[in-house]
Amino acid sequence: MSQLPLERRRRLRLRRRGVLPGFGLTLGYTLFYVGLLVLLPLFALVFKSSTQGLSAFVNAVTDERALLAYWLSFRTALAGAAINAVFGVVVAWVLVRYTFPGKSLLDALVDLPFALPTAVAGIALTAVYSENAWVGSKLMSMDVKVAFTQLGIVVALTFIGIPFVVRTVQPVLEELETDVEEAAALLGAGRVQTFWRVILPSLMPAILTGFALAFARALGEYGSVVFISGNMPMKTEIAPLLIVTKLEQYDYAGATAIATVMLTASFLLLFGINLLQRWARRAEA
Amino acid sequence: MSGVVGQRARRFPVKRRSQVAVEGPWLRALLIGVAAAFLGVALLLPLSVVFASAFSKGIGPFWAALTEPETWSAIQLTLLTAGISVPLNAVFGIAAAWLVSRYDFWGKSALITLIDLPFSVSPVIAGLIFVLLFGAQGLWGPWLSEHDIKIIFAVPGIVIATTFVTFPLVAREVLAVMQAQGSDEEEAALTLGASGWQIVTRITLPKVRWGLIYGVILSNARAMGEFGAVSVVSGHIRGQTNTMPLHVEILYNEYNFVGAFAVAALLASLSLVTLLVKKSVELNAELNARRMAKASSVARSSLVPSSSLAGAALSARPNESRA
Repeated sequence: MSQLPLERRRRLRLRRRGVLPGFGLTLGYTLFYVGLLVLLPLFALVFKSSTQGLSAFVNAVTDERALLAYWLSFRTALAGAAINAVFGVVVAWVLVRYTFPGKSLLDALVDLPFALPTAVAGIALTAVYSENAWVGSKLMSMDVKVAFTQLGIVVALTFIGIPFVVRTVQPVLEELETDVEEAAALLGAGRVQTFWRVILPSLMPAILTGFALAFARALGEYGSVVFISGNMPMKTEIAPLLIVTKLEQYDYAGATAIATVMLTASFLLLFGINLLQRWARRAEA
Repeated sequence: MSGVVGQRARRFPVKRRSQVAVEGPWLRALLIGVAAAFLGVALLLPLSVVFASAFSKGIGPFWAALTEPETWSAIQLTLLTAGISVPLNAVFGIAAAWLVSRYDFWGKSALITLIDLPFSVSPVIAGLIFVLLFGAQGLWGPWLSEHDIKIIFAVPGIVIATTFVTFPLVAREVLAVMQAQGSDEEEAALTLGASGWQIVTRITLPKVRWGLIYGVILSNARAMGEFGAVSVVSGHIRGQTNTMPLHVEILYNEYNFVGAFAVAALLASLSLVTLLVKKSVELNAELNARRMAKASSVARSSLVPSSSLAGAALSARPNESRA
């Protein structure tokens, strides 16, 4: 092989940046695109909310209707994510450990909420659970009202979050060595006991990550909720909907203030998820 | 119970999937039943309701609803929006994935977080930030109106908001594949004298094509179906700034259920196609991996992209580069 220039050989050995060309070009382009599309608009949001004066900001943020909206968003998102944490583990378990007819259909179906437009999910869920539909009327006769109640919001947020827990637990479960389970079985542990004591602890980081991702997604969800919630102020009005309502009344300052609170919450969550994933990686290693 | 376990354990050597640590048939059936019932009620039921409602009055009204001029203009606007934002995000996705998977540099994890950021921003807030930037009361609003440029409540705003909401999708899919495959071939090509452009078009793009295809399809489905962000910036002008999901809302609120579900069925079909593509990409990757493993006696574990593809859509954030 011909002699490489000394400079390039040194870089080959060092491999700090990687030897392949295009670092400057891709870095420049990526930074330009991210800056234009993400940083600049976020800066506008922060700038706008900082120019409206502290007292107006505090008033908008701590308004009773706004407080009720945050609380409702928080509660329903938590409930949806909790339901998904439980059933998501069952679904992931079944998809990884068993073979049965229709398995690959079920596996493909899990991603539906990720691909289906939220507005379509919204009207479909409303159609399923409204009082004059078959399921809705059955539930009504049992005195359970879903559409246009807080329960309906939980149903929509559960739908939205399904892929998150399943898809984070699935790969971890696939990688999980079964020798520890065998050891537990040989030592006389039943299957249920093995699951609680041996398997669940090693799945916990993945479950928590999936739970947090589903929660974060549910917190900001709008499209699927507006149809099923009925949007009654102080009762079934989630925070993203309140932002839209304020915008429709041309109350830009109020909308921005609430958006700032929500955005701060999502960033804190994102930070928490990052820590969780670091922990999960360490647990795997 | 322990007696059975002991008996089975004596039959060494144990096969790969041991018979010791398995559930009884009843528990197994119960778990499968719970999983199927959950997904059936939560996913299959609403999905089938969309199609059932769309065709509830037969194929005639369904077709009539789709060929209505306002619906048609919504379809055209949706196609235009996706036609602009998807290619933009695809080019960005390839560049960003190349950058993150091939080089180590200061601030890399911060950059990855920034790329993922639109996923954690509520769609409504995504719309709002562009209103604050380009709207009449916005930062650049006065300048824009002076020059008679309309972005908010017009098509450009819809395109920008859609691009923002969907922009990590291609990058994530391609990045997952690039990281799993490593850059040995590219480095070999470099030492043989290939130029950067040659490396990208002849080696990298063919290598990551399945991830790229799925990323583009998913990004397209999300671009066409985006509701919250577009709803905030569009202004809902019928026949002008109404995308398909917004048109679904308008028809639904007018109690035109057949019309609303007809458009919804069209969007739902698109998402089913997306799932189908994902499944075939996964199968393809699995086949490739098996072929590779057979072909080379030196099996490299990093070449098996099945889990990386399967989970790439949502799962773990890209790890540090393995290069």
